[in-house]
Formats: sequence, structure tokens, C-alpha cells
Amino acid sequence: MTDVASPHTDPEQKRGLFETLEIDTRLLGMIGAFILICLAFTWYTDGRFLSARNIFNLTIQTVSVAIMATGMVFVIVMRHIDLSVGALLALCSAVMGLLQVRILPQYGIPLGSPLIAPIAMAAGILTGAAVGALNGWLVGYQGVPAFIVTLGGLLIWRNVGWYLTSGQTLGPLDPTFLKFGGSEGTLGVTLSWIIGALAAAAAVWAVWRARQVKERHEFPVKPIGAEVALSVVIAASILGFVYFLNSYLIPDARLKRMFEARGEVMPEGYTEGFGLPISVVVVIVVAIVMTIIALRTRFGRYIFAAGGNPDAAELSGINTRWLTVKVFALMGILCGLSAVIAQARLQNHTNDLGTLDELRVIAAAVIGGTALSGGVGTIYGAILGALIMQSLQSGMAMVGAEAPFQNIVVGVVLALAVWLDIQYRKRTGALK
Amino acid sequence: MTIETKIDPRGTPLVEMRDISISFGGIRAVDHVSIDLFPGEVVGLLGHNGAGKSTLIKCLSGAYHADAGDIFINGEQAVINNPRDARGYNIETIYQTLALADNLDAASNLFLGRELVTPMGFVDDGAMEAETRKIMARLNPNFRKFKVPVAALSGGQRQSVAIARAVYFNARILIMDEPTAALGPHETQMVAELIQELKREGLGIFLIEHDIHAVMKLCDRAVVMKNGARVGTVNVAEVTDDDILGMIILGKKPPQAV
Repeated sequence: MTDVASPHTDPEQKRGLFETLEIDTRLLGMIGAFILICLAFTWYTDGRFLSARNIFNLTIQTVSVAIMATGMVFVIVMRHIDLSVGALLALCSAVMGLLQVRILPQYGIPLGSPLIAPIAMAAGILTGAAVGALNGWLVGYQGVPAFIVTLGGLLIWRNVGWYLTSGQTLGPLDPTFLKFGGSEGTLGVTLSWIIGALAAAAAVWAVWRARQVKERHEFPVKPIGAEVALSVVIAASILGFVYFLNSYLIPDARLKRMFEARGEVMPEGYTEGFGLPISVVVVIVVAIVMTIIALRTRFGRYIFAAGGNPDAAELSGINTRWLTVKVFALMGILCGLSAVIAQARLQNHTNDLGTLDELRVIAAAVIGGTALSGGVGTIYGAILGALIMQSLQSGMAMVGAEAPFQNIVVGVVLALAVWLDIQYRKRTGALK
Repeated sequence: MTIETKIDPRGTPLVEMRDISISFGGIRAVDHVSIDLFPGEVVGLLGHNGAGKSTLIKCLSGAYHADAGDIFINGEQAVINNPRDARGYNIETIYQTLALADNLDAASNLFLGRELVTPMGFVDDGAMEAETRKIMARLNPNFRKFKVPVAALSGGQRQSVAIARAVYFNARILIMDEPTAALGPHETQMVAELIQELKREGLGIFLIEHDIHAVMKLCDRAVVMKNGARVGTVNVAEVTDDDILGMIILGKKPPQAV
């Protein structure tokens, strides 16, 4: 076949600056919006918003929603929805709480045993996987709309947890388990720098490897200067983030207690930074793994294909029913993981853990550019979406905005983000 | 209709569908239909909307499973339960709707369900794009939009992606469901040339087509269906287009038909 492409739409001829540099303008827009929000709040709070303390708190508050939002991206990309994530989080938390407080100590595994945290976590995550798989089976094999299945789940699972725990708050929890909550478990300054440096090196390596692959296939590559600039920006962002978290100092009183616990006396003028919280490391690992799944595995490719055109996916030999089960099960696993972090942050299990999280998680994915019509969404978008929502909420609380306005603003931002996204897609021709 | 046990001088048919029936909710969409296809042959499938052409052919492409009847590929009985099975027999289909995932780029669509992977098992986008560029250079040398979702392509460009997907994997049997329905005259001509070329390469092609002139020009034989049953099969060279129209509209079988 010849001459099907009309010459005046040839993209090789009129490539803009961003296209040549292959910079994702959507990502740029989101980061821009995030920076704008941060600057506005910083100005209103005389710099308190961008203080190390606030950034530290902001990140650990975002983790639980961000983890689930990455799974919600896959669910929504496949044209489904999961309204039960908050309820499922509560059930997973109930299972983990019961194991730590009531069940395992009866079998000779007391709090503080090295076994108790892994067993509890595994059980919680398995619970999430099982419930998620059940949702996926009902949606994929039985044809019940995901909205209905998970609306039912929203009513069912939190109350199953309530029944199991008789509505009681469960605590205290295992000290190892608590390290996943945030400020209780940080890596300290040195280890954080090492991890930051490794991450920066890995990111730069990934950029160069992508270039090598292109050169091997003789595809056009960006100017070398652009690659260097991109690498520098990425590495600087990672190390800057670590610097911020490292500069948040552990309060004196708490340091003194830590020294006393070791039977030592704290030297005069001694300071120590928190460094990277373990929960933040968890969310970063989840983000990387989920991104690799989305972009580099058949599983991820099929999720996007089935979301873009379910019939085409089916006709290409993809088992879309089983795919649905796997996607919902993955969502459940991430709910279990979020339950670990949410429970550890709160330091006990309560029945209202994760209430309304389904709405925050869906909003984060959607603000991050996941289209409810399916087929479109990114992991980094969902995490940025979660970060933007949490920034708005905590920023407005710092400014002292009245409670009704906090929700009004988040709602407006949600609608605005989707409107902007639709305009963007119309202009780039991805939406007709 | 009885099973025909004819001995054809051209040897074993590439495809033989014998006595196929399939019903949906009590409606016989295909009613005891038998058709065959030889290497290097183009067989047209004609009939009104709802005559059962697409349904019959979907039993071959694996999208549907026939309630009764047998399929033989190269004389051997074939079991086709899903599209993956059909691909295993080198049967490729270009659907009327093209069956493209609009949100993915050309390479992802071309290799959908058959991705090239690295030794580590990860999807190898670079290799797939390189292969896509190669086959597109042959089919549609002006194709440049390798990086954008196929939603942003023109009708003809989308069609060339769908055709590339069918041709790339060494199809022996090609099913084309109204391949030119959405195309302009120029692009229609290109598809016609491609059909001639593939025919010379020895592929067998089932062509579902409404345009009687295209059938007269491209097909060796034509099978006409009406209300789920086969009206008859004719050698296109032996009949006029009026004969074929009579079969489609009235269900009238001309004397030359079998």
C-alpha cells in the first residue's frame, strides 16, 4: 500500500520542542500544578508548608492512598471501578489486628516475636488478594457490573471486619509491624543517602539504557544535551527529596528516650535526622513495580488493550475474564499492603480505618489522568494525584480554611483536573 | 443440505468447513453450511445483512464456537475454540471493525497477544517497533506515526495496521470482513492490489463483501448465503453479476451453481 498518510500531517516534519525531547507534557503539567499549589501554600504559611517537618508528614500521609491508587489505575483502565477498597482495607486491618493481639499470642507467638509481623502481614495481604479475586470473578466470569459488586463490597467487608473484632479497637501492635507506619520506622540519615544515591544512579542508568536500545534499532534519539539535562533533573529531584527528609530532625525528647533505652546518655547538642520513612520506601517500590507491570509486561499491555477495546483484546486471544480476576486480585493485594501502613501509622486497628478511602483513591487516579472511559492512565499520575490531594488538604488545614471549604476545593480540583485532561486529549488528537 | 463429497482436481482444500450450524437464542444464524477454500484462491462470501456470513466466518476465526459441524485444515480435522487456536493454524482475520485497541500504538496493536519479549520476559517495544517499521515500509511506505495511539490515525492508516497484523505472522488463510467498507477509492484500490499479491503468494482468502463489482473483480468463487443457509456456490467466471444478485436477493440458484 502506498500514500495513505497525507503529507501535511507528517509528524516528522513539524515536531515541536517537547516532542523532539520526548517530554511528556501531561506529566509536566501535573508537576507544574503541584509546584504551584506548594508555592501558594508556602507563601500563605510563611514557609511552613515547605518545611522539612511538613514534607515529612505530607509524604507519610499520602502513602496509604497512593499505594491503592496505583492499583485503581489498572481497574479503571479496564473500564471497571472498585468502590470497596476502603472497606477491604478495614477488613485486612482487622485480620492483621486480630492475629497480633488475640490469635498468635495464644499459639506462643507473642508481640515482639520476629514471626508475628510477617505472619500478620501475609495474612492481611492474602485476605486482600482473596476478596479482590472474588470481586474479579464476579465481574469477569459472572458479568455483574464492577460498580455493583464493589458497592456491595463497600457494605460487606468493613462490617465483616467489625463482626470479627466485635467493633473493638485492637492494640497495642507488634513493634516491628509499627515500623511501617511512618515516623516510627525511618532509615536514618546515612542509609537514606545511600538509597537516594542508588536510586539516582538507577534512574540515570535507565535513561541511558533507553537511549542505547533506540540506537541499536536505529530510531531517532534526542540530542545528547537533552539526555544529560533530563538525567541531572531526575537525580537532583531524588537527592533533593532525601535531603528534605534527612533535615527533619528527631525531637530532642524522643532522642533522649532512644539513648536511655540503649542505656546511654545523649551527648550535648546531638542531633539526628529522620531520613526516609520505610512506608515511603514501600510506596516508591510499589510505584516502580507497578510501572514496570504497566509498561514492560504482557499482563500490563493486555490491561491497556482490554481497556482500549475489549473486543479487540478478546479477538487477539487475550483471556479478558481471567485478566479481570488478576487485576482485582492485585487491587486487593495493594489494599492489604495499604492496611499494613494505615494500621501501623495509627498504631492500632480501629473499625473506621480507611473510611472514604475509596473516594480518595478514585479521585487520586482520576486527577492523575486515568480516564473512566478506560484504556488511559499512568502510575506516576495516580501518585502525583494522591500527593496533590493530600497537599491541598493539609495545606488548607495549615492556612486555617474552614472545613467545608477544604472539601469544596478538593471537589473543584477533581472536576477541573478531568476537564483539563479532556481538553488536552482533544488537542493532541487522542480523543475524538 | 447434504454433505458434498466431491473430489476436486486441485487436491486437498486449505480449509473445509463441513455442515456448520450455530444458533443464538433459538435463532439459526448459520444452518448446515459447507464451504471450502484452496491455496491461491479468493472466495467471496455474499448475502444480505444478517445472512450469516460473518457468523460463519467467526467460527473459523475462533470468535464463535459452532454448535455442530467440522472444520478441516489441510485435510485434517481442526479444533478451534478461541482466536488463539485459529492463529495456531495460521488463520488471520481482518475484522470489519479492524479490532484495534485505539489507545495503543501501531506496534502494540500489530503484536497484540503475540508480543516479542526480551530474554527476561519483558515486552520488547524496541524490537516490535523495528519489525513494524519493516513491514510498514512494504505495505504503506508513507506510514510515519509509530509513536501515537492508533486513534490518531486516518482510516487508511488504521486499515494498514490491521492488514499488517494479518500479514506479518505468515498467514496461510486470510479472512477479510469488508476490508474496504470504510475506505476511499484510492485506498480501496490498494487493498485490491494487496489481495492480488497475497493470492500470488499462495494464501487462501475468504472475502466478505457487499460490493458485487469487487467480488466479480477479485474473487475466483462466490458463496451466497441467505437466512443462515447457503444458496449456492458459483465460479465467478461462469456467471454474470445479475446471476449473483438473483442469488442474493431471491435466493435463486443459477444452473451453473453447486
